[in-house]
Amino acid sequence: MAVNYIYPEYEVVRNYDRCIVCRVCERQCANGVHEYLPDLNKMTCDDSKCVNCHRCVALCPTRALKIVKSDNTYKENANWSNKTINEIYRQAESGGVLLSSMGNPENYPIYFDKILLNASQVTNPSIDPLREPMETKVFLGAKPKAIKRDAEGKLVDNLTPHLTLSMPVMFSAMSYGSISYNAHESLARAAKELGIFYNTGEGGLHEDFYKYGDHTIVQVASGRFGVHPDYLSSGAAIEIKMGQGAKPGIGGHLPGTKIVGDISKTRMIPEGTDAISPAPHHDIYSIEDLRQLVYSLKEATDYKKPVIVKIAAVHNVAAIASGIARSGADIIAIDGFRGGTGAAPTRIRDNVGIPIELALASVDKRLRDEGIRDNVSLVVGGSIRSSADVVKAVALGADCVYIGTAALIALGCHLCRSCHSGKCNWGIATQVPSLVKRLNPEIGYKRLVNLMNAWKHEIMEMMGGMGINSIEALKGNRLMLRGVGLNEKELEILGIKHAGE
Amino acid sequence: MREGQIRIPSGCAISGIIDKTGKRMSGEAIIKSISVMHDRSNGLGGGFAAYGIYPEYKDFYALHIFYENTGAKKSCEEFLERHFDIINLSKIPTRKVKGITDEPLIWRYFVTPFATKLADSQLDEREYMAKCVFRVNTRIQGAYVFSCGKNMGVFKAVGFPEDVGRFYRLEEYEGYCFTAHGRYPTNTPGWWGGAHPFALLDYSVVHNGEISSYDANRRAIEMYGYKCTLLTDTEVITYIIDYLHRKIGLKMEEIASVIAAPFWQTISRMEPEKQKYHEYLRNAFSAQLITGPFSIIVGFDGGIMALNDRLKLRSMVVGEKGDKVYIASEEAAIRIVEPDLDRVWAPSGGEPVIVLLNGGVNSGS
Repeated sequence: MAVNYIYPEYEVVRNYDRCIVCRVCERQCANGVHEYLPDLNKMTCDDSKCVNCHRCVALCPTRALKIVKSDNTYKENANWSNKTINEIYRQAESGGVLLSSMGNPENYPIYFDKILLNASQVTNPSIDPLREPMETKVFLGAKPKAIKRDAEGKLVDNLTPHLTLSMPVMFSAMSYGSISYNAHESLARAAKELGIFYNTGEGGLHEDFYKYGDHTIVQVASGRFGVHPDYLSSGAAIEIKMGQGAKPGIGGHLPGTKIVGDISKTRMIPEGTDAISPAPHHDIYSIEDLRQLVYSLKEATDYKKPVIVKIAAVHNVAAIASGIARSGADIIAIDGFRGGTGAAPTRIRDNVGIPIELALASVDKRLRDEGIRDNVSLVVGGSIRSSADVVKAVALGADCVYIGTAALIALGCHLCRSCHSGKCNWGIATQVPSLVKRLNPEIGYKRLVNLMNAWKHEIMEMMGGMGINSIEALKGNRLMLRGVGLNEKELEILGIKHAGE
Repeated sequence: MREGQIRIPSGCAISGIIDKTGKRMSGEAIIKSISVMHDRSNGLGGGFAAYGIYPEYKDFYALHIFYENTGAKKSCEEFLERHFDIINLSKIPTRKVKGITDEPLIWRYFVTPFATKLADSQLDEREYMAKCVFRVNTRIQGAYVFSCGKNMGVFKAVGFPEDVGRFYRLEEYEGYCFTAHGRYPTNTPGWWGGAHPFALLDYSVVHNGEISSYDANRRAIEMYGYKCTLLTDTEVITYIIDYLHRKIGLKMEEIASVIAAPFWQTISRMEPEKQKYHEYLRNAFSAQLITGPFSIIVGFDGGIMALNDRLKLRSMVVGEKGDKVYIASEEAAIRIVEPDLDRVWAPSGGEPVIVLLNGGVNSGS
């Protein structure tokens, strides 16, 4: 079988009545889909190169382009889908591991969509956020177990280092390297303006961005790229990345082609070398080792920074979180199996890990059952898609959420899931200078600010409807939630009642 | 159906009277006061907390217990005999009142923990007491301890509060402080234990409102060893106050700053030291913030605290005459017992009115 042709999944459809042969599509497409035929003075295209990123569609001045799902199909088979067959053809040809980007797109249950919120009627009033204060400020960090008073009997501030946020949302870890300088600048400036935090990911911190340090979480991952004392001290908090929802149990790989210029400098590795983060931290093979790293980082920063431990949501997540809550960490971040990535083996992304809603509910419950919920704050991500997801996550027990994919979509990402190619036409997941400059951080940061302000308004509306005027009274308030179409076991794990109960 | 199986929102009337000098008065006035607000209850629950009523037994815990049957009484008394020295026991005196029916067996015990048992438990006396009460209420079917403080007692039943007062012959008791509650639940539980006040040790709470933070508060407080068996707001508020006051050591005004915290926008206008104080409390005790409508009167050994939710979504009026301070959902309930007040005012949302024996009235107004 030498024939190795796979019909493209998506087709570029051009309306030739509208096309003015301006060649914008050709210039905009880094994948080389569009081509000008001088003899015919006509545009043509190669669908097989198209990743369906919609750059050409969005920029076509005459709306002559659209992308449609191909109706070309193999003989229909409920067991062997077109996708499955094509993947076998690809692997039979290459012998390689399939790679994917962004979050798990497969058809697993989305529990957020099966949870409904409450509202006040008669017995207590709803509160109008336009007329009354509606508070979304949150603190992340451990709570004191006892109070202290000075000689005069006044309360002494005995709080451990913590983060203060204007609303319970942060931008999750995306490294400089996996995303562009301009994307990072957009996130950093937006975090500062919003009074929240963004996260460096495992790529170090570009020296231009140290000025946003008060709104930066610096990450320490298994490759330790870009980690040095100034880096640790520059952020508001330090995150130890143990795992990622998109690829639990495996490390990271940033290809040498992306390790260029400032990225090589920021990561502190030579240009052109692959940046390979090992699957585990090789100094952490058990929970007691984690404790040592937590305290090493605290020592290195004079106990002035809260330490976050980020893990992927896996089967035993409650027990793992319970261990972390006793390890000296101040915050636990849990990343669900829908969480995004710049590149992951497809089989890992699509088959490993558990939904964040279930992980969150069981971790929150376990920590409460063990009386250690106050030791840590809980941050969840993977994937939070809207303000409604934020409200539901908080009511299930989260202190705050991380958003990654939603933030990138605000910057222009069209979820073509081809980040690993490095040819992001939107200037986000690329290091090609001509592509990077397509993302204007001046506009990018404003769009992030807009998105967060819009969500904040919506969060306040939903809280007000429930008669809650401060977000802390929503935290873990599971009576405000009801499930629809969930079975007994799912309801039990989520700790919520069914609608109508 | 009873409290604990479902969560029942309810509207209510509350009233309280305290004499700052500790001078004792009969229960007549509080019955009169709460009866004015008859229409704020619907006959499905009423009750009183009375402080200073057992001076002859002031060093002993007074247990008021409902028994559904003699079997429950027997098991409970066996438990009490194992854990306490019982100084005195008797039926709580009642009289037949039309409108109060289906009464359980109602007994009162004055007890003190066995010294050896207490030492073995490695708990302080009050924690030992609280643990024993939780034990009875969760483990002994048909027995329910509804009052367990020193020199104080709760009297409650299903019925209109004025009938409940007459039923318990409250006018025959003398105390320095009384609080009262008339209940308007939106469902029909009809269990005596579910009536209010709710009390733990010497803390008692009467509450009018329906808090929106309920499950957040419940799940947080249960982490500290409390078990919310009734699923009522009053129960969780009582536990929060017990936790913050007895276990953490916050003062009543600090507790008010936690449960009805000022808004951040208000805090931002305060002087820096005040800002730090409130930011600390809101951060450290964020899970004890209570939102949604409430007016509460907290009774405790040596005083009383009245508090409204931060938006003042429930009515509450305070009146003062000489050494007496009156608090009620409606001014009429104060005027009926003291028409000629020195001062009357409606405290703002989140502004506590704390009255201490031999102390002043601490209020922002």
